[in-house]
Amino acid sequence: MAAGAGTGSGSGDGATRVVVIGAGPGGYPAAFHAAHLGMDVTLVDPEPNPGGVCLYRGCIPSKALLHVAGLLRETEAAAEWGLRFERPEIDIDAVREWKGRVVGKMTGGLGLLTRQRRVRYVQGRARLAGPKMAVVELSEGGDQTLNFDYAVLATGSRPQAIPSLLPGSPLVMDSTDALELASVPPTLLVVGGGYIGLELGSVYAALGSRVTVVEMTAGLLPGADRDLVEPLQRRLEGEFEEILLDTRVESMREHDGGLEVTLAAEAVERPVRRFDRALVSVGRRPNSEGLGLESTRVGLTDRGFVEVDEQRRTAEPTVFAVGALAGEPMLAHKATHEGRVAAEAIAGRPAAFDPSAIPAVVFTDPEIAWTGLSESQARERGIEVDVLRFPWAASGRATTLGRTNEGLTKLLVDARSQRVLGVGIVGADAGELVAEATLAIEMGARVDDMRETIHAHPTLSETLMEAADLFTNASPHYVDRRRERALRSRAGL
Amino acid sequence: MTIEFALPELGEGIEEADVLRVLVSPGDSVEVEQGVIEVETEKATLEVPAPAAGRIGEVRVASGETIRVGQVIVTIDEAAGAAGEARAPAAAPASAPPEPAPPAPPEPEPGPSPAAAAPEPAPPAAPAPADEAAPEPAPPARPAPAPASPAAPVHREGEPVFAAPSVRTFAREIGVDIREVAGSGPGGRISQDDVKRHARSRPAGGLGRGAPAPDPGAGVDFARWGEVERLPMSRVRRTTAETISRSWQSPHVTLFQKADVTELEALRRRYRERVSRAGGGNLTMVAILLSVCASALRQHPRLNASVDAAARQIVYKKHVHIGVAVDTDRGLLVPVLRDADRKNVTELSAELGSLAVKAREGKLGLEEMRGGSFTISNLGGMGTGFFTPILNPPEVGILGVGRALTEAVWDAEAGAFAPRLLLPLSLSFDHRIVDGADGARFLSWVVEALEQPLLLALEG
Ligand SMILES: Cc1cc2nc3c(=O)[nH]c(=O)nc-3n(C[C@H](O)[C@H](O)[C@H](O)COP(=O)(O)OP(=O)(O)OC[C@H]3O[C@@H](n4cnc5c(N)ncnc54)[C@H](O)[C@@H]3O)c2cc1C
Repeated sequence: MAAGAGTGSGSGDGATRVVVIGAGPGGYPAAFHAAHLGMDVTLVDPEPNPGGVCLYRGCIPSKALLHVAGLLRETEAAAEWGLRFERPEIDIDAVREWKGRVVGKMTGGLGLLTRQRRVRYVQGRARLAGPKMAVVELSEGGDQTLNFDYAVLATGSRPQAIPSLLPGSPLVMDSTDALELASVPPTLLVVGGGYIGLELGSVYAALGSRVTVVEMTAGLLPGADRDLVEPLQRRLEGEFEEILLDTRVESMREHDGGLEVTLAAEAVERPVRRFDRALVSVGRRPNSEGLGLESTRVGLTDRGFVEVDEQRRTAEPTVFAVGALAGEPMLAHKATHEGRVAAEAIAGRPAAFDPSAIPAVVFTDPEIAWTGLSESQARERGIEVDVLRFPWAASGRATTLGRTNEGLTKLLVDARSQRVLGVGIVGADAGELVAEATLAIEMGARVDDMRETIHAHPTLSETLMEAADLFTNASPHYVDRRRERALRSRAGL
Repeated sequence: MTIEFALPELGEGIEEADVLRVLVSPGDSVEVEQGVIEVETEKATLEVPAPAAGRIGEVRVASGETIRVGQVIVTIDEAAGAAGEARAPAAAPASAPPEPAPPAPPEPEPGPSPAAAAPEPAPPAAPAPADEAAPEPAPPARPAPAPASPAAPVHREGEPVFAAPSVRTFAREIGVDIREVAGSGPGGRISQDDVKRHARSRPAGGLGRGAPAPDPGAGVDFARWGEVERLPMSRVRRTTAETISRSWQSPHVTLFQKADVTELEALRRRYRERVSRAGGGNLTMVAILLSVCASALRQHPRLNASVDAAARQIVYKKHVHIGVAVDTDRGLLVPVLRDADRKNVTELSAELGSLAVKAREGKLGLEEMRGGSFTISNLGGMGTGFFTPILNPPEVGILGVGRALTEAVWDAEAGAFAPRLLLPLSLSFDHRIVDGADGARFLSWVVEALEQPLLLALEG
């Protein structure tokens, strides 16, 4: 039976044969888990080791550089606490090398794990040739045919290129180029105020570039709640040269060793400006072309994502898809979870991708993180929630860090069941704090569960507990007048 | 003031409900909208909210009871001093609710939501318009607004399930839809025990009415009795399983009759070569049956119809599209031959051949498997005789074809037994709209047409 059994169909020991195409955070966990479940697994990727965008040119190198940038900023802020440093000397070659070592260590480790898991690693580009076969164009030359019972597609995404923004020019970078850190230009234009643009813009700003961000919509980080973005925007306005909202880059041309950029907006002073370099970060597109999907029944959405069901199975019963290729949110941890679900589904287990919350983290300074329902989603979908906001000015830990005026912990609660539906945080280490919130939502915690859990003092995690305490406005460190009025009127007083 | 709070209208056509849980006890204070009892109707599980704040006096119902709309549930001593904003007089449907807008269920995610039986969009939650004389009441949508406020189903669509991941996995393992489980934990959180209780309650008691019974194979540890292997069901298999399960919802009857195809078989052999030369491929009995059935369906339009139960209509189709069940290594596929009544046997034979090849190669498009008005299923190749074919809904008829065997038939004229080739035919039909006699007439017509090919020319 075609879709049923992969067993006994050719491979030596009769195990189900699985081919995983793409070795990013979606693909390699799928491969490792399938091997763990006893399947015969081949993992294909053009890179020498697994890692994908995330490890080679995404999450990991960007976070390594943001760590450097953060330290630079701390040394400046330290003056306020009585510590004055000399201006640091930045050896850009050594920074780049350090970033390279981080990437090398991680991807090398994955290579080792691949062998330990007895996953066959084939370096090359694969494409499907029907529902049971793939052809790999080997990096070392030549083709190799792989027959499989099941395939997992995990080819990820790539930066969206905009023809009017000179994608071929050596002065125009995408995120991959920017992470190469070839040089630190005196002035840098960042096109697109999403998380990638802001993270990399922060790195270049800390290293000495004068950074201008242009965003087409009315705010930075479209999609995130405004009360979380606002403290970040205030801070970035100090660090960046300028943030231009509601503004589009109309055209760009190389001129005199730099870029001449024409901006379009209602009221923009100096619509034509010069920059030494530009970083275009306006979104990413799934890598669904050139995969031989037409030889199968795999279907695509109108945005080019592969359509999958709850198990991450495509319309072709032998083919699964995970990660950025299989839809939003294009985040590494979502890809990893899906990879695991797909491997379990192939093993015949009743797995499903049905998270209650997927955390998202923006690694700027301050960090922004949210999980579960956001306030803007609640409004869009007409879900009534109680919003509990605990400002970090009332947190002891935030005060010791000197970070009081930009922190906020926010809980979205269903008033009837008192269940926590969503959490949003802005402030130092928001990305770490959101983990507790995600677990709380997945476990179906109520505000009292969070309130009655003892949190260590003094830590930022206490802000979650105290935000929960605002449900009855009983926080020991903060009295929320607005909440009090709301509670009173609800009680009919 | 003491209010006798009675079970409000829960929705169109719902007159009674089973009490699942009583959420309050005498002496409890309740707030407006706070759940008083949880009930289950044919359509949903609902919490019935208190119409006013106050203290519970008596509780007059118990869990497990079936109660009727209008029956008093509890008495509430209204809170003194609390001035009556959200005070709808209890069970007084005449007064306009002060807050007519119920917490609307969140927008469902765009995309198919197969579960919803009620057609979208639900009418706005306003007092039922008693104006224009509507010919037929619209099919019931969501639970209609009760006088005080609507009750909410256990889980509002679009919201995450109130259960830990391990509990959700457990529910999937034993084939329970977690969204149907009522949680007993604080705020309605679902525990593993709730899932078990739900699974147990469904087949046995009256509580699970409307909900599908759990699959008897779900969660069973077959390995206890020997080695097993669990493999995923393919998409085709899953679709087949769902369609077949649905077809039990139309009560159907099967009639059996043998057709004497001695002459027809001789004709088939004689003309096989010719059909093949004309591009018709291999002329099979099924191709001939396609032609015969197409004519029979034109003569007997009820078997070429469908039922739209919600609209209370029978849909007579002016086209004759016949599906043919094909066994493939992906599972059962049913490609559809369009306008079979307008094609001759050679054309039908050619088309049947190419669709069967496409089906086996997995190249059938979805459209090529849709829109059938009748199905033919041939198991003769496997040696089967009569069988009870199962409907392919929303079609109302299916003809099963068995293996033709030479049998001794009494020839009254000759006064002797004669060897005749007999083809067993099994016709299943939807008894909701096809009466036994209609079905018998249809089948006899088919048999006669096979025995007397001239009939086709005369009547077909
Ligand atoms: C600058 C930047 C920062 C980011 N930061 C974060 C972050 O902090 N946190 C986070 O969660 N996400 C982050 N992301 C996003 C994250 O990198 C992606 O969501 C994640 O990598 C998606 O994983 P994936 O497995 O779907 O695909 P990818 O990681 O894109 O991996 C796909 C792999 O498939 C290979 N491939 C493509 N086609 C073929 C083929 N035909 N045959 C074989 N192999 C093929 C590719 O070469 C690649 O190695 C960041 C992205 C960028 C660009």
